[in-house]
Amino acid sequence: MKGGQVKGGRTRGGRLNAGLLAGGTLVGLVVLAALVSFFWTPHDPTLVDAAGKLREPGGGYPLGADKFGRDTFSQLMVGARTTLYVGVVAVGIAALAGVPLGVVAGMTPRGWLSELIMRVNDLVFAFPALLLAVMLGAVYGPGTLTAMIAIGVATVPAFARVARAATLQVMVTDYVLAARAAGRGRPAIAVRHVLPNIGSVLIVQASVSFAIAILAEAALSFLGFGTRPPTPSWGRMLQESQELLFSTPRLALWPGIAVAVAVLGFNLLGDGLRDYLDPKLRRIRAEG
Amino acid sequence: MTTYLLKRLAVLLASTAVAAVAVFAFMALLPGDPAEIALGVNATPEAVAELRRQFGTDRPPVAQFLDWSGGLVSGDFGTSYVTGAPIGPQIAERLGVTVVLVLGGMVLALALAVPLGTFAAVRHRDPLGVAISAASQVGIAIPAFLAGILLVFVFAVRAQVLPSGGYVPITEDPGEWLRGLLLPWLSLGLVQGAVLTRYVRSAVLDVMREDYLRTARAKGRGAAGALWRHGLRNASVPVVTVLGLQLATLLIGAVVVERVFVIPGLGDLLLNGVAQRDLLLVQGVVMVLVAAVLLINFVVDVAYHLLDPRLR
Repeated sequence: MKGGQVKGGRTRGGRLNAGLLAGGTLVGLVVLAALVSFFWTPHDPTLVDAAGKLREPGGGYPLGADKFGRDTFSQLMVGARTTLYVGVVAVGIAALAGVPLGVVAGMTPRGWLSELIMRVNDLVFAFPALLLAVMLGAVYGPGTLTAMIAIGVATVPAFARVARAATLQVMVTDYVLAARAAGRGRPAIAVRHVLPNIGSVLIVQASVSFAIAILAEAALSFLGFGTRPPTPSWGRMLQESQELLFSTPRLALWPGIAVAVAVLGFNLLGDGLRDYLDPKLRRIRAEG
Repeated sequence: MTTYLLKRLAVLLASTAVAAVAVFAFMALLPGDPAEIALGVNATPEAVAELRRQFGTDRPPVAQFLDWSGGLVSGDFGTSYVTGAPIGPQIAERLGVTVVLVLGGMVLALALAVPLGTFAAVRHRDPLGVAISAASQVGIAIPAFLAGILLVFVFAVRAQVLPSGGYVPITEDPGEWLRGLLLPWLSLGLVQGAVLTRYVRSAVLDVMREDYLRTARAKGRGAAGALWRHGLRNASVPVVTVLGLQLATLLIGAVVVERVFVIPGLGDLLLNGVAQRDLLLVQGVVMVLVAAVLLINFVVDVAYHLLDPRLR
């Protein structure tokens, strides 16, 4: 049904589609900015320069500077790094915890374990990332780490549900029946048959979750529960820009565009991957 | 249906109870002692012990939990360690503001999404239909608080027709109350409307391919009539599910939007509580928000069953 099968004389997967290309380009842009920022930025993004306070764009400062004289362009580049870092760790936590739980629940659909996993899942689902981050922040102090953990834990249910739904579909296929008839144990079936066949659903989910993680990180940093100064982050740039909205609106414009580009990119990439990897995947929609 | 309702109600109560344990356990893990925090570093051990007794934090955790959760049932959230004021009335007052904010955003989102999504589905090959789809993709990529900042820029900084923030109670001046809420409603409604438009579009597209719609057309109904009579109710099933999820998202989005517009809602109360380390207050607000999410999920599940007779 899925996997590397030949369908109607053509191997699975589609041609590159517009969403995939557009999403890939936008995500590529963000990744490039983050990678380049490790080696080069126009200026030190944390360098406070009283003389260059609210410097207008131009003359080596393509997007101008903020109220501390920090170069907006450099801050955006390093901010991309923060965004991707939070996204990778949060989605990583969610996938590492959610996928095994979902696969186990999907392989034993009528067992007590499955019931327990899904009930706990529903409960975690009632704790949005923002609430978890605020609670964690109240206990351990706000920061990038607590934000990543909060977003990651809050995303576990989405992965578990999608992994379970996909596993349920794989479990009724003939090849799994054959493997069971041949006496293969459950762990072996999970590794040999289930995981490879639900991989593409999970990749799509990862992309969609990444977009949501970026939104969550921006909101948390905006509230002061995310990345701490002086590390640049788009959300905090937005928060700092708000008081200057009447005099210097461009300070809100650029980080705003950056957040929108990154989220749009990962959403389009997710949709594009869904169509590219397997048109049948449209049946199992990625969850928010 | 009654059996289903009772079963689902039991699940709701059980998960709320477990959530209460989780919230309490999490906050009880706190390294700080509320009495020590309240008195500062120079307090004598006797004074700390006395305050601990007053707060009730000298008792075993289980007793504290039973006391706290027992109070919750009757709306008693305890007394703030920091201000000494009862927490329940504060939450009740703020909850009203947040609910108005969320419901206004939801109504706006629906008013945008149902016509736009249906139109985008019916005309999915037209440039205009494609443009609506594309616009909704962009809308999804903009967080509500960013939409708020942009709206403030357009309507408060440039056009200067609406206030950039602040909140006037409806009892004081209904006109100003409305003016103050317009931009926050728009911030939440535009973004959620974009998300919802996509779901309405794909749900309507799905029903348009159904045989019963073709049958209705064959029996002489016009395209609009067939969709109206036979399509929209069927399309509403997946939309209601998403609507529920969105309502929970809106509630959390409202917490952030309240910060943008300086609106004294639950989010504002929560964040101030964290800033002042008013932990019992934080515990209470978190519990209310989590219970609200659970309640929304309950209502969505029930609505789902009412709308789709096949599930009964």
